[in-house]
Amino acid sequence: MSKIVLSLERCKGCHLCVSVCPTKALTPSGELGEKGYETVRVDEEKCVQCGSCYRMCPDYVIEIL
Amino acid sequence: MKCSVPNGVNTSAHIGWCPGCGHGIIARLVAEAAQALGIEDRIIMVEDVACGEFAQNVLQFNSIGAAHGRPIITAAGAKRVRPDAIVIAHPGDGSAYSIGMESTIHCALRNENILALVVNNSVFGMTGGQMSPTSLPNMKTTSSPHGRDVTKNGNIFDAMKVLSQLDIAYLARGSVESPAQVIKTGKMIQKALEKQMNNEGFCLVEVLSPCPTNWNLTPQEALEFMKEQEKYFQLGEFVDKGGK
Ligand SMILES: Cc1ncc(C[n+]2csc(CCOP(=O)(O)OP(=O)(O)O)c2C)c(N)n1
Ligand code: SF4
Ligand code: SF4
Ligand code: SF4
Repeated sequence: MSKIVLSLERCKGCHLCVSVCPTKALTPSGELGEKGYETVRVDEEKCVQCGSCYRMCPDYVIEIL
Repeated sequence: MKCSVPNGVNTSAHIGWCPGCGHGIIARLVAEAAQALGIEDRIIMVEDVACGEFAQNVLQFNSIGAAHGRPIITAAGAKRVRPDAIVIAHPGDGSAYSIGMESTIHCALRNENILALVVNNSVFGMTGGQMSPTSLPNMKTTSSPHGRDVTKNGNIFDAMKVLSQLDIAYLARGSVESPAQVIKTGKMIQKALEKQMNNEGFCLVEVLSPCPTNWNLTPQEALEFMKEQEKYFQLGEFVDKGGK
């Protein structure tokens, strides 16, 4: 079974991933990450592993492994 | 669906682009195409003095830092002395269509066997968002604070209209405005690299890309603005010649 993995230390809080997620599995986390931006959190139950967030993330945070 | 960051991207590097900048997505597409074709060791990226050059940190390929406006002509020189290398010039719209316009046109006229990957964010990004030849009519920039007036500042430059008249191997425009467009753009880049491997000649792929910082928009608003950009800059393949 593949799994969505977030390397949030690289996240710059652009939330492009949130905008393109078709199932609203990704949401703003309300917490600041290492870079000082608001990161994201994923609800794995809702994630259909479509890869849209991987494609749009400019900082290589998201993978489906 | 498995999606892993391609080997060519060094994820522990400092990624210098602003939040929501399209440059990072486009750099990843280059690395994905290189991995799919198994040519990572042969790539030479030719960077500009502009925002695209942060790719030198991120992409683990050989690279040259050209002067501003000169990545395309420098790439042509690199390819002539290293014909086995796969050479990718990586300028912005300001570089390729303003200060470096003559390099772009003459390299196309000579059908130099390189890929010019032009990142079109409709402004001079690195220097603070001045108007570029691809700023939209009425677009407010730091050097057109009341909006671009085409009667005074000239019409916008559409590279597809001009270069499609020339005898080149491949000409296409993609966008990173949505996941679907990102996939299409990745295919364009890969196709252009295959053409270079087959010695077919000059390939130019322009990619519409958001610059939230200089558009004075949030990353989400910048994606919306890209729909305006796409009204002026048609997406698709404009030249696609068969192999020699
Ligand atoms: C010969 C020369 N002229 C001007 C500059 C200043 N300069 C640096 S980047 C740039 C424009 C950048 O815009 P673009 O090429 O569209 O790339 P972007 O940063 O938007 O990706 C300019 C004018 C320079 N570095 N060298
Ligand atoms: S797209 Fe990437 S950098 Fe932007 S918020 Fe999502 S995970 Fe963070
Ligand atoms: S893989 Fe698709 S469904 Fe899962 S979080 Fe990313 S965009 Fe949402
Ligand atoms: S200024 Fe614009 S093009 Fe340059 S890194 Fe920032 S968002 Fe990207």
